Amino acid sequence: MIMEDKQIIAKRIAMELHDGDLVNLGIGIPTLVPDYLDPKQKILFQSENGVIGLGPLTDEETWLVNAGGNKATIVPGGSYIDSLLSFSLIRGGHIDVTVLGALEVDSQGSLASWIVPGKKVPGMGGAMDLVVGAKKVIIAMTHTNKGRPKILKHCTLPLTAARQANLIVTEMAVIAVEADGLHLLEVHPDYSIEDVLNMTDAELIVKDVIPMKGMKS
Amino acid sequence: MKKIITKEHFMELLKDGMTIMVGGFLANGSPERLIDIIVESEIKDLTIICNDGGFEDRGVGKLIVSRQVRKLIASHIGTNPTVGTLMQEGEMEVELVPQGSLAEKIRAGGAGLGGILTPTGIETIVEEGKTILEVQGVKYLLEEPLYADMALIGGAIVDKYGNLRYHQTMRNFNPLMAMASEIVVVEPFRREAVIDPEYVVTPHPLVDYVLEDE
Repeated sequence: MIMEDKQIIAKRIAMELHDGDLVNLGIGIPTLVPDYLDPKQKILFQSENGVIGLGPLTDEETWLVNAGGNKATIVPGGSYIDSLLSFSLIRGGHIDVTVLGALEVDSQGSLASWIVPGKKVPGMGGAMDLVVGAKKVIIAMTHTNKGRPKILKHCTLPLTAARQANLIVTEMAVIAVEADGLHLLEVHPDYSIEDVLNMTDAELIVKDVIPMKGMKS
Repeated sequence: MKKIITKEHFMELLKDGMTIMVGGFLANGSPERLIDIIVESEIKDLTIICNDGGFEDRGVGKLIVSRQVRKLIASHIGTNPTVGTLMQEGEMEVELVPQGSLAEKIRAGGAGLGGILTPTGIETIVEEGKTILEVQGVKYLLEEPLYADMALIGGAIVDKYGNLRYHQTMRNFNPLMAMASEIVVVEPFRREAVIDPEYVVTPHPLVDYVLEDE
């Protein structure tokens, strides 16, 4: 079976989540991550509109929705909270991992995801709080946009936050943001290190690169 | 019960130029009947404070489509294309606020605080024009309080005293807004006789009016 880019990204990110983690997933690719988790794993999802213990989507009549407004379920032991407690958890460092999409990420881990001036202004929603407050920020995005690199020396779009991304996962590579720059950790078997470097505007530190975990060529 | 309000009485409370907080998250927990009455009232030049711009046919989106809103304060406007159109035409002002900061600004307004300090928005365009304070070596943005003339509360289970609890994720911004407005009007999702004091989320002294059933 040939995996689509977004499935590759979601599958690889699922391997970054661990038992006991409280996780917030953004809209888009991040919502695919639970598809690749072992049901036995004890991972709890928080949804910023007011759920701890968000479960799968449902067609049943319900007033429980996720942050995308889709009807959803709650797992046993879950709770409903108001927006104040929800964002106190987020900013207060109680969320272990947040997974979000981005339009650009740069060599310092700054990211842009909420506005393309003059074109698209959806607003930041909860993204600015999530990236500032979560203990680990994982960026889930395609490596390029219409062939143009999205991992840049410096972001060109207005920032969501400065220096907050910790890990970037694309269909081509896994890249860690460290104090000395971006470290290329893993490359998908369909690509070479050279391919990744060619499609990345930012400089990548290359040593001890391994094939992307969980992927077959 | 003195707090029950008819549609006609509610209409009498509405004035041009009011600032109104509306509960709900993508219209989940928004008081749709109260919003419909405002559309019918044709009051204008409103400042609306809500998590988002709703949809064109749901939530605060209906007030935007009917061109009654002069200014929208929200965290997200992507689900209602009319918001973007009116913003570009200069017909409506939009102030985008990070969602957590919006919640805290409303809390500050309702809690008698002069604002809150948050790391969210530092080194982004959100910090433009705002005071930055350093506390214990960390930079924070001063986000000022929000207070409104009226709050419209939805998603609430209401008891005979006017105490509220909320159903599922319809809670969201509703309890915060019930603290931060001059007049608080509730549209019941459901009624029950008496809410156990252990489970009251919004105590009845905060509630001014409960909309009568259809």
